[in-house]
Order: sequence, then C-alpha cells, then structure tokens
Amino acid sequence: MSRFQFPKSIQSRPVYGTLSARTGKAHLMVADAEGAEAILDLAAAEPALMARVHVIYIPKDTGTTYVERLRAAAPAQLYVGPSFAAAQPRLRKALADAHMGLQIYLAGTEGLIGLAMQDAIAAGFPDGAIQTEHRGSVARRVQCVHCKGITEDVSQSPFVCAHCGLNLFVRDHYSRRHAAFQGVCIDAEDPGEVPASEGLYQ
Amino acid sequence: MTIQFNDETFYDDYTFRNSEWAIRRFPFPFHEDSYMYSVNLEPHLSLRPGSVFEKTFDVDEHYVSEMRDRARVLAEDPLRCQSLPHMTLAGWDLLELIMDAKAREYPDLFELHRDGDRWHWINKPLGIDQTFTFLDETTLPCGPMEYITRQAQGDFALLDHRDDNLWMDAGMVTTQADWSLDFDIGMNFYEWHAPVPKAHEMGVFQRALKFLLNLQQGAPVRRLNWTMTVNPLLDTSPENYHKWGVQKTSVTPENVGSKYHLRVELQTLFRLPRSNALAFPIRCYLIRLEDLATVPKWGRRLHRVLRDLPEELATYKGFIRNRPMIVDYLSQFDDGAETSPGIWPD
Amino acid sequence: MSAGTRKLDVTVTEVVEVNDLVKRFRFERSDGGEMPTFSGGAHTVVEMKDGDITRLNPYSLMSDPRDRKCFTISVRRDETGRGGSLFMHRNVKPGDRMTLSFPVNLFSLDLRAKKHLMIAGGIGITPFLAQIRQLDATNGHFELHYSVRTAALGSYAEELKAQYTDRVHVYHDDRKEAIDLAALLDGQPLGTHLYVCGPKGMIDWVCRTAEAHGWPSEAVHYEEFLAPQSGKPFTVTLASSGRKIEVGEHQSMLEALEAAGVDAPYLCRGGACGQCETDVVSHDGNFVHRDHWLTDDQKACGNKIMPCVSRFEGRSLVIDR
Repeated sequence: MSRFQFPKSIQSRPVYGTLSARTGKAHLMVADAEGAEAILDLAAAEPALMARVHVIYIPKDTGTTYVERLRAAAPAQLYVGPSFAAAQPRLRKALADAHMGLQIYLAGTEGLIGLAMQDAIAAGFPDGAIQTEHRGSVARRVQCVHCKGITEDVSQSPFVCAHCGLNLFVRDHYSRRHAAFQGVCIDAEDPGEVPASEGLYQ
Repeated sequence: MTIQFNDETFYDDYTFRNSEWAIRRFPFPFHEDSYMYSVNLEPHLSLRPGSVFEKTFDVDEHYVSEMRDRARVLAEDPLRCQSLPHMTLAGWDLLELIMDAKAREYPDLFELHRDGDRWHWINKPLGIDQTFTFLDETTLPCGPMEYITRQAQGDFALLDHRDDNLWMDAGMVTTQADWSLDFDIGMNFYEWHAPVPKAHEMGVFQRALKFLLNLQQGAPVRRLNWTMTVNPLLDTSPENYHKWGVQKTSVTPENVGSKYHLRVELQTLFRLPRSNALAFPIRCYLIRLEDLATVPKWGRRLHRVLRDLPEELATYKGFIRNRPMIVDYLSQFDDGAETSPGIWPD
Repeated sequence: MSAGTRKLDVTVTEVVEVNDLVKRFRFERSDGGEMPTFSGGAHTVVEMKDGDITRLNPYSLMSDPRDRKCFTISVRRDETGRGGSLFMHRNVKPGDRMTLSFPVNLFSLDLRAKKHLMIAGGIGITPFLAQIRQLDATNGHFELHYSVRTAALGSYAEELKAQYTDRVHVYHDDRKEAIDLAALLDGQPLGTHLYVCGPKGMIDWVCRTAEAHGWPSEAVHYEEFLAPQSGKPFTVTLASSGRKIEVGEHQSMLEALEAAGVDAPYLCRGGACGQCETDVVSHDGNFVHRDHWLTDDQKACGNKIMPCVSRFEGRSLVIDR
C-alpha cells in the first residue's frame, strides 16, 4: 500500500493531493519509487494526456517494478534514472526550455517532491500551481538547523545528524526553499539526555 | 539629549547593563495582569518624549555595542543576512526609510545629504562616512539592506506582497527569539508563523494578515511581543541553540533575578513605497528581572502574568522548566495591591 | 483608508487634453514639498468637492514612480457615469487645490517575473505607463500589447511606440487589428507574468484564455476598478446606534455612510481590496453584490457586504457599524 494518511499538522507542513489532468500543451511528470503508481493512475484516467507528457522517473528501491508499465502508458518521453541527482540536469533543461502553459506533476516521496519543486520554482513556476501526490516511503529530508547539513531518508526522531553528529528532533516545520524539514538539537539543555528514537508517525 | 553609548557585550562575559534611564523607558509589554495573543497593532505614532515609541527607529545607549555584536554574529554565520534576488528594490526602500528617519530625528548623530541620486550618509556613532548612488548596488560595500541594517538596532525582515499574502523574502536576523531566517526565508505569513501554538486556531494570523495587506504607505503600525532569556544574549538563534540552551540550567534561586531577562520586541511594520513590500523591524530590548522589579507596578504584574500563563505558551516561549523559580522570585515583589491599567510606570 | 490615513494637499499645475476623451492632470504639493515615491500600478484616490457632494474616485498614477516633483493621472470622460470624470473634465483647472490619498497599489508587478507581459485596453494603459518606467529603470523585461479604438484615441500610444519600439504593440479597432491572444500566450517563457487592465470584457477574455492555455492563476494579474452603479434607493440601519441612513439612487452605501459622518474604512472604493468589508447583522430582502472580494459562498450567505459597490433591495438591512 503506497498511500499514507498524514496526521493533521502545522501550516508550513506540505499537504499532498491526488494528481489530476490539467489543460496545457505540455506536461512534465517527475516521480520516484511508488510515485509511479500515481502516474499510472492518471494515465489510466486520461490516456490521451500521455502523448504530451515527459516523465522523469527514479525507481529507487522499486527496481523494475513499474518501468514497463510506465513505458506501456506511452508517454511522449520517458526517462528512467538511477538517482535524483542524476536526473536533475535533465529536469533543469526541461524547465529551461518550457513555456507558460506547462503543467507540472510530482509524485512519490516527500524528498523527491520537494527537490523537483525547488527546481520548478527556480525556473519561475508558481509553487501553488504544482500538483503533488505522496506515495511510498514517509521518510523525510531534514536540515540540521545548526550545521545546515541535510540528512536524507530520516524515518526516526530523534536521529543523529549525518554531518555534525548532534541528536536532532524532527519538527514538522518545513522549508520549500531547502526542500527539508527542520531538525533541532534535542539535548541542548540536558546534554546526553536523549530520548529513545521512534518512528516519525508512531 | 546626548546618548552615552555603553561599551558592553551580549555574549560570553555578558557585560550588558541598563542605565537607570534605560530601565525607566523599557517597553514593558503587559497592559493588564494577564496575557493572551491578540492582534494588538496600533499606529506607530510618536508617543511620550523619551520613550522607545517616540522615534521611528529608537536609538539608545546600546547602539554601538549592539552593532558590534551584529558584526560578530555575521562574521560567524553570514547566512543570518539574506535577500532573495527580487528583494533588492525593497532593500533600497528600507535604506531610504532608515536613513531619512535617523537623519531627521537624530540630527546630532546622523546626516543624510542628497543631490539627486548622489547620497552622502554620515553615521557619527559608528564613524561611517559614505557617498553612494541611490539604487546602484555597486556603489555600496554590500547590498542596501545589509548595509543599513548593520547600522540599525534590531532585526529586519522584508515581506514581499503578492497573491494576497506576505512572503518573508529577505532579512537581517541576529537578535531573534529562536527562529531561523535561513530556514524561514521564502515562506508566507502563515508558514513562518506555523510553529506558534494556539494563535492559528484563534484566527489571530488571519486577522493580522488581512490588516497588514491593507497597510498604507505613511501609516506604519507597531506591537509588542515578549519572551524570557537567560543572560543578556541577543543572539538566541536556533543555529546556536545547542550552545546557549544549556544556560537555562545555570539558573538558581540566588541568581534568577540577575540571570533571567524579560525580552521584549518592539515590532513595527511599514509599507515600502517603491517595492510595495513591507518592512518588518523587530527591535529587541532586554531587562534583568531585578532591574524590572525596581518599578513596583511591573514587578507585581510580571509575577501575575507569568504565574497564570497557559502551559503551552510557557513551553513555546522556552521557559517552562524555570517558571516555578521565576514565579517564586517575582512573588516577593507582589504584595497583592491593584495595578493601574496600561504599560507605563505609576 | 480611514481616520489616520495620510493625505496630500496638492495644487493642479497642468491640465492637458490628450485627445477627445482623455485629459491629463498634473499635481504638485501645495507646500512645495516632495511627493511620495510609489510602485508602478499604484493609484491615488482624488477627492473632488462638487458642490455639496464629495466625490472620491481612484485613478492610476501614470508618472515616473521616481519623480518626486509631481503625480500625473489621466481621466477618461464618462458621459454615463455618476459624474466624477465629468467633474474632472469640466471643473478642474490649473491652480485648483485638491486632496489626494497616499499611493495604494493593488496591481503591483511580481518582481520575480522573468518577463512581464502587459495587455492594455483604452484608458487601462495608465498603470502600465508607471510600471514600464519602473521596469525600464531597472532593466526589467517587458512587452506591451495595447488595444485602442482609433489612433486618435490611443492615449500615449505614439510616445510608447517611439520610445520602446519593438516592446510595444498597438492594435487599432478601426483598422480591424486585434491582439492574437492565443498565439501570444503560447510561446512565453516559463516565469512570465501576465497583466491586464482595461474594460471588463477584455479582462474576462484575457483571464479566461490564459486559464484555457494552462497559465497558473498566480501568474495572471488584473486590475479593474468598478465604479459604483446607481440603483434603487434603500435604507441601511447601523447596529451600534440604531441610526437609519438613506442611500440615494446615485450614491453608494459607502458614500452615504460618509455623508452621514460615519467613519467607514475604505481603500480602493472599487470592490477589489476588501478594506470596507462590513458584517450584516440582519436583512430582509436581496443583496446586489458587485464586488470582486467576497467569495460566492459569502455572497450567498448574506452576512457580509462591500458598501463601496454593492447595494440592497428589500425591506430592511442592519449592518455592524
């Protein structure tokens, strides 16, 4: 099951929807892992759309699970890449070449959605007009507010910052600009007193 | 009056002190014996000669040392001052607003001479004499917002007005009550206030935003906000929280009166003319509890406010662990007598 | 705007007949001081003392925002309007003292835009004149498409064309020239923002077409000042005092409140800014909502009204004032 019902949270925390086809001559879809399911759902609902779609897909640990089905949906362009970093030059080129009227759809993990949105915003696309749908892992990108380093795929809180080693509590406060949640030292007032880690949504 | 500038520090050995003059003019934020959020905005009009509300941008005895502290913080962490590319015009707006107000209101300290776009700025307390071309960034040593806010007390945020919201797209933030500009830059009004408890449910931000979107050029407003800080540390940043947080454990019943400070922010908001953005200066004033209690009304009232504050707010403001000690200390100044309405000393 | 809002005491220093329909007015401060600066797209509310009536009409500032010497506005004569533009055309002469509001901008540029695409119709050109000057001074990227009835009535078209050549395109109705909007919207780079000011029909057409071409609403900006429309007279009761105020046929509710000495807030006086939003305590009858501010749900609900442009028909209306 790739869908997750996020608990109600504060207003800086992103809220995800369900992708739906919008009017436009060109369509850019970026997804990772189970995010492919959101694209396949949309393709099933609007098969005609796919002839105008450029799909950028990063399977992560889903391997080949969705690749053939994505191909079968017959998008105008399909790119399957090994990592977001590898896909990024292509994404940036697509955005630089795009015109107003482009529709952007992002699906998959919060990290993928946040990172692709960063590039879209930098290209001048209003963030409110970007469609997003969360699928798959609920792990987060977290920025350490102290050292500024970002730790990927954080699923426990507190956790140890991959850069400076501080014990960080994961907040729901989210920055679009960093595409990351905020991590704050949990034992600053009582050094060494670190509560046991638990899953983010336990 | 001529201001005698203190030579003091806001970190490490903490030599910061308020003179008798600074204590009497402290912006005590409680107009009654209890506290809850409200949209407490009022016109930023000149009020009470000598008070912090008299001038557009108050300059006091801490000016020179606060600017030295800002330079120190920026040298350690340049990310405390950031401006997204579209905010440069708003930065010039802010520079003009501050230079114009300071030169007009403190002619003995600051001078601004304009010859068309050729401007000559003199800041006597900081020993600065700068000629530059207005709206030409290449003629200043740094961006206009950074340039002027290295010479103005308090933090500054510049809020872009678009899509019926305000966006925190630039700022100089080194005297903050535990929020990160680097993290919050680019957020809208609701997003950067997201961590504040209770107020969203009360509709406070909705009403405040509606009011601010209609803020008029030439009609600035102000409000006070407050928290508590251990030691006169101006830079209570999240960035350095792992360093200063532990100071909260250094408080004892013996030193609480001198270690704990009431931290008050005089927040003002101005519509900026050329960019249509808002300037949001957040000026921080600190006072030791023992100094504050020399004004009997303030000692009585602070005791009652802190004693009765909802737990959620004491937690958010970061003094829940020391609240019993603070309230116990302040109780000696509360004889139960009635307090007069309003913030001013009797 | 309301109590405490700053106003400018000005003198009319020049009145120029731009063409058969449009006059341009130049204002300088009566005390010789500097005008405030403003951002392109801002308007000022001009106070007109027309006999016993005080008229307050918003006009876009068209002068260079950096010019501290004066403000200029252009007023199109509207024979069928309620009289503000006719007053400006017939009565206002150089040397007259008048009162202006500080500038207010409800149509500002999105300074993040990679390109500003402007569409003007008729007198809707005025906010763009100031915006273009602002962008020109900061090397901003803009392109103007300006639709006019005839060359003779195309206010400032020649000047714009002469100064900005390829960046300005003028279309004449009488020559059957029309903006090819679909083609125009099709090839714009990502990050372009679209601005439209002109008659209501044009604004609707541009917004609709942009939406159909997949433009996000955040990238589409428009300014339309509604003039209050005449209607049947009605009575409004103030909840706080129980006072009853008559709203005349050619008067807006806001004007009636002001004439009765009630301090009611306002900014745009055109149903756009939301400042005059007023709670309805009770009513028996029908609202004639004409504003752009309230949502359809709010309008259907009947517990709010915008007195600057909206009216009421029925037995009784009690508002929270």
